[in-house]
Amino acid sequence: MRVIPAHLVLADGTTFEGEAAGWSPPGGVTAGEIVFNTVMTGYQEVITDPSYAGQIITFTYPHIGNYGVTGADNESRRPFCRGIVVRRLARRPSNWRATGSLDDFLVEHQIPAITGIDTRRLTRHLRERGAMPAVFGTAPLDELQAAAAAATGTDGMDFVREVTTEAAFTVPAADGAGGADGTRRRRVVAYDYGIKSSILTELSRIAEVEVVPADTPAAEVLARQPDGVFLSNGPGDPAALDWAVQDVRDLVDKVPIFGICLGHQLLGTALGGTTFKLRFGHHGGNQPILRRDTGAVEIASHNHNYALDPASLPGVEITHVNLNDQTVGGVRDRDRWCFGVQYHPEAGPGPHDPRYLFGLFADLMDDFSARDEAPPIESAEHGSDG
Amino acid sequence: MGRREDLDTILVIGSGPIVIGQACEFDYSGTQACRVLREEGYRVVLANSNPATIMTDPEFADATYIEPLDAEVIERIIARERPDALLPTLGGQTALNLAMELVAAGVLDRYGVELIGANAEAIATAEDRQRFKEAMIEIGLSVPVSATAHTLEEAMGLLDDVGLPVIIRPAYILGGRGTGIAATVDQFRELAGLGLDASPISEILIERSIAGWKEFELEVMRDKADNCVVVCSIENVDPMGVHTGDSITVAPAQTLSDVEYQAMRDASFACMRRVGVETGGSNVQFALNPANGDMVVIEMNPRVSRSSALASKATGFPIAKIAARLAVGYTLDEITNDITRATPASFEPVIDYVVTKVPRWAFEKFPGTTGVLGTQMQSVGEVMAIGRTFAESVQKAMRSLEQGRFGLNTDPGEAVWDALDDDALLARIAVPTDTRLFGVEAALRRGLSVEQVHEWTRIDPWFLDEIQLLGLERADLAQIGLDAMERADWRRTKQLGFSDAQLAWLWSVDEEQVRVAREAAGVFPTYKTVDTCAAEFAAETPYYYSTWEDEDEVPAATRPRIIILGSGPNRIGQGIEFDYCCVHACFALDAAGFDTVMVNCNPETVSTDYDTSSRLYFEPLTPEDVRNVIVAEQRSGDLVGVIVALGGQTPLKLSGILPPELVLGTSAAAIDSAEDRELWNALCARLEIPQPAGGVAATIDEALAVTRRVGYPVLVRPSYVLGGRAMQIVYEEAGLRSAMQELTLAGSLGREGGLSAERPVLIDRFLEDATEVDVDAIRDAGGEVLIGGIMEHVEEAGVHSGDSACVLPPVHLSAETLAVLERYTAELATALDVKGLINVQYAVKAGQVFVLEANPRASRTVPFVAKATGVPLAKVAARVMAGASLATLRAEGVLKPPVRGGHVAVKEAVLPFSRFPGADAVLGPEMRSTGEVMGIDATFGLAFAKSQLAAGTRLPSKGTVFMSLADRDKQMGVEAARRFVALGLEVVATDGTAHALRDAGVPVRQVIAKLGEPGTNAVQLIATGQIDLVFNSPRGHGARADGGHIREAATLHRVPLLTTGAAGVAAAAGMADWAEHRLSVRSLQELHAAPAPDDQLALPL
Repeated sequence: MRVIPAHLVLADGTTFEGEAAGWSPPGGVTAGEIVFNTVMTGYQEVITDPSYAGQIITFTYPHIGNYGVTGADNESRRPFCRGIVVRRLARRPSNWRATGSLDDFLVEHQIPAITGIDTRRLTRHLRERGAMPAVFGTAPLDELQAAAAAATGTDGMDFVREVTTEAAFTVPAADGAGGADGTRRRRVVAYDYGIKSSILTELSRIAEVEVVPADTPAAEVLARQPDGVFLSNGPGDPAALDWAVQDVRDLVDKVPIFGICLGHQLLGTALGGTTFKLRFGHHGGNQPILRRDTGAVEIASHNHNYALDPASLPGVEITHVNLNDQTVGGVRDRDRWCFGVQYHPEAGPGPHDPRYLFGLFADLMDDFSARDEAPPIESAEHGSDG
Repeated sequence: MGRREDLDTILVIGSGPIVIGQACEFDYSGTQACRVLREEGYRVVLANSNPATIMTDPEFADATYIEPLDAEVIERIIARERPDALLPTLGGQTALNLAMELVAAGVLDRYGVELIGANAEAIATAEDRQRFKEAMIEIGLSVPVSATAHTLEEAMGLLDDVGLPVIIRPAYILGGRGTGIAATVDQFRELAGLGLDASPISEILIERSIAGWKEFELEVMRDKADNCVVVCSIENVDPMGVHTGDSITVAPAQTLSDVEYQAMRDASFACMRRVGVETGGSNVQFALNPANGDMVVIEMNPRVSRSSALASKATGFPIAKIAARLAVGYTLDEITNDITRATPASFEPVIDYVVTKVPRWAFEKFPGTTGVLGTQMQSVGEVMAIGRTFAESVQKAMRSLEQGRFGLNTDPGEAVWDALDDDALLARIAVPTDTRLFGVEAALRRGLSVEQVHEWTRIDPWFLDEIQLLGLERADLAQIGLDAMERADWRRTKQLGFSDAQLAWLWSVDEEQVRVAREAAGVFPTYKTVDTCAAEFAAETPYYYSTWEDEDEVPAATRPRIIILGSGPNRIGQGIEFDYCCVHACFALDAAGFDTVMVNCNPETVSTDYDTSSRLYFEPLTPEDVRNVIVAEQRSGDLVGVIVALGGQTPLKLSGILPPELVLGTSAAAIDSAEDRELWNALCARLEIPQPAGGVAATIDEALAVTRRVGYPVLVRPSYVLGGRAMQIVYEEAGLRSAMQELTLAGSLGREGGLSAERPVLIDRFLEDATEVDVDAIRDAGGEVLIGGIMEHVEEAGVHSGDSACVLPPVHLSAETLAVLERYTAELATALDVKGLINVQYAVKAGQVFVLEANPRASRTVPFVAKATGVPLAKVAARVMAGASLATLRAEGVLKPPVRGGHVAVKEAVLPFSRFPGADAVLGPEMRSTGEVMGIDATFGLAFAKSQLAAGTRLPSKGTVFMSLADRDKQMGVEAARRFVALGLEVVATDGTAHALRDAGVPVRQVIAKLGEPGTNAVQLIATGQIDLVFNSPRGHGARADGGHIREAATLHRVPLLTTGAAGVAAAAGMADWAEHRLSVRSLQELHAAPAPDDQLALPL
């Protein structure tokens, strides 16, 4: 059977033999920060998750593409990752939902792939040495090695501007997404740092969602008089997003806020915290999260390389903890009407266990609007005027 | 939260004998549970009737009762031990049913015993099919259209509502017994009747068939805080319509999108919550319409199951162990993941390989069966294989089966498929059978399209496409040829799972040439770790599988290491007994300072628990795979040797490929001289040990020459087989000719036991009416011989030793005979230079002892002897093989003197005839039992009666005995009948038997007509419940007239059946002692600790 030889070279020089698949980039070289994801289903959702902008995704599960692709499983308008690394790409998909093969999808969206890789060796390497820049392709090995040595990672990189929406748009509330009184519709403004469509689906179950570009000023958001503000997931290093943190800081205490993943990190930073980079991050659908107020454990989808440093967050409640490594899973500041989680309650892909968090957001918005004091938004605006 | 402090003693119920649908996976789960509960500081009381299990070793519980799994018996145990709780979820359907019986009888309430793991309400909701369906509908899940019936009339009335085709499932059964699909009204009437009979509560579920839908299973765990996790998803390659135990299955699910998978996951949790399984593991089965994704719930098991054993081995997540901890109060997040030792058990395993399970069937042992698979499970064992891809794992699985296949075709066995034309081939693969996947490969290889094959088989196109790759690769390989193979070609080929043997066959060269060329190209296997987490965390547990990648993960070792080769898939003749021996070797050698390395491919076993050995290689037991493991282990440090003598025939057959210096214990040459007829005869002649006259033959002419010399009847048997495969007693020339023909055919197909010039058949004069005796002994390198046990068979010679009941100590043999048996055994062991175990079989006729055969290896009876005498034979043997002397082991306390007196132990075989309605339920020289039970008590009669009860036959204390005996059994029959009458039973008999009985003065109430004669016949009496015991021995040989139908009726209607004169006498003795004595139970610990004085030896019959 004919194959096109290709190589994968990591920034530290480690080399893997494989075969080219997907799109063929000009020059035969693709570069990005290489990470691994352990999901056994949901490759399309992962590939189309904008949080992977700038990254090469290694799938630890060896068979990828088995059930094909379908438009319904896209998490964004297109993939933003730099490439994918797999052990074996399905020749022929089989599933009633499939409208095409993953290989064709990759070609269509100009995503290169390399197959036949000992992905377990690669994963073990990344586990020990940490996520790092890498290149792969059909170019001569010496060219790839040179490119790998020169490749940059995601540290300090701002990919949000690449993936965010150009213009605001509205996602209508789903049927039955009424307010607490059964008639009033909640309205949420969602910052799009790279928002996944699963999040929009979940938010639309509780509110009408106005999605705004990542650089929308806080004042403009408040002017929309939302019941709550949502801070989305997104790619890259939160430390490179001072401009975004500034807006979040301006929103805190003025409106209920819920952040997921990057949104959670930005919220934490706005609350005074700092982030740090994990060695190889959490990328998968099987991680245990302890919900501290009930003691329950939820299995949750994860996709992040950075995390909040709990020591940097005095006065902020750590509501959820990742039981694998005790990193921060969720934070809340009751007094300031905001909370966030590091992981992905919207699933897409992954377990549905933490979906209740969207309900908590709805409750928070309702509680906020039902406060005995003066309506929150006005008082907040009054405060800032003063 | 944590451990419950209000419990002290916990009763664990095992699953009893190995039967189809309930095999040693429950030894695995039960052993894990017992270990965990004792680790947690609880006092564990165990009840299980199966002596071959690890769990019934006295060291795994505080009180071990090898007693019948019967409510009355368990109540006695509860009364003695007063447990605080009963854990019923780790002993299969048997334990669950028994627990429900105890609840219903008020026993648990009366003694204040709490059910832990699952409560009675939850068990009833999951097990009662109607309640289950209602519960599922209540939580919004779909179920197949169905109705429940308790009588045939009711069933017929419901048929219109449900609509044909329908599937019929009896309630409270295991392994789908009595289940079937009916497409016509006539089929429906027949199957509904069978189903009602099979259900202990006479209830069947009739549901619309969804044959052809995709089938999935999720293994789910839940703790008392309501945390739920999915441990593993499993996809059946065979679509709905084939019992999941008979399906080729793959983990994880391959063709589900995340959207579908998560919906299934949510549904499985909802199901478990609604059913009310508070803690532990459950298995939820789903069917999915491949056309539109419609999902229905098929069933759920509120307990650890066969699939959970598979899921545990497939992922490294020890479900039973965790279920036991959850049952005593822990939550998932309080338990550490054994494998990472850094992360909690409250996570979902992810794997980075593909696991394929393939069942192993035994249709060849049951003439009259068709090999067609359906909703009733028929397989007797299974293999599991791990590869990085489906193609690799399915090929490894096929060669793990040990049925002469080198992989998924590319071997001599494919010829039968390739000989068919396209239409015939498609027609054949449209029907699910034990070999269908080979036909599927053949069809795709010849160019039939994936669509076409899917149309005929309903196997998902993804699997078909991956299988098609094999044919494409093979075409390339044939073109490239051995000499032109480059490194990349080798890697690609090996990554698709092709074995060196397949390639050698393809290129018509020796396997060794392939190996040499491959290694010259620099292509070697790599071993990867099973770690529950796809390498995200470092694994502490060395559980490996081979694949052909860049990186090998086997670390260097420090202690000297011994490899123990396991016994492969369970099959009739080679089952859990050998796993027991291997596991004991691991324990004993570990304690003696060795690292133990286990190689095996059977997911049901304790030996493939990563906790059992220092290192586990989950690998096929083929020459190539085993050599590779040896190389890997030699590379990683000091390899002392390989133990081949404990895993049955499987490892023994591999001893030839090992360097002689690596074989620990008896040498391969000595093993050969026991197996090679000429050497063996010479040996016996030299030692002056009498043998039945006999000879060897590779052709029919040679066979005729032997029989001319020795006379008929003769016993014909292939060499190098276990379980009497293809063994026959032949009474005349025609029989001899047909036996030889069958063996020649098997040889040409490369099947087990097949005749070839290298493996001729053995032909011996058959000694009629002799008593058969088994002796297990151990000899050390210094020459001391330890007689482990002498067992007298209850059935006469001619019934395979594995199917015969046997008693220890013997009850009919004189002290002189026993002395002769011991002397011969010691002489043979010495002459063969045995270092380790030897099993010798004898026939005793009129006081003279003939040796039948000797096997210098572990035998099936080793665990039974160990349980009966308290001597850990397998441990002792393992140490002896590693160089220790018996004297050393005595000094260390490993070898203790046997417990003598005070009790008699009877081992009884358990036969699967009710699974194979077409096969005759008669015992013969070919072994057909799947498992065994032990009865232990003060007298032979009591022990025998207990063994019968344990095997599922409650001997009647009143009622009517039907007798119809062959002439040779009439003398014993009279003796038995006299006792039946004395006990107050009535006897009815067929004409000839009635005559014999009346002549001997035994009253016969009624003479029963033969089939086809006017008057009520036995089959009608049995079917209408008028007979309480059937005592029927076959006339002559091969004839299946009257007797066959009578035995079939008895099997079908579950009337106790005796088929030999000796069994009749033993049963009568048992019934007599049973009538006089109160049922009593004693734990092994008591029996082993306090031997009664010698004068209390077994009472004579």
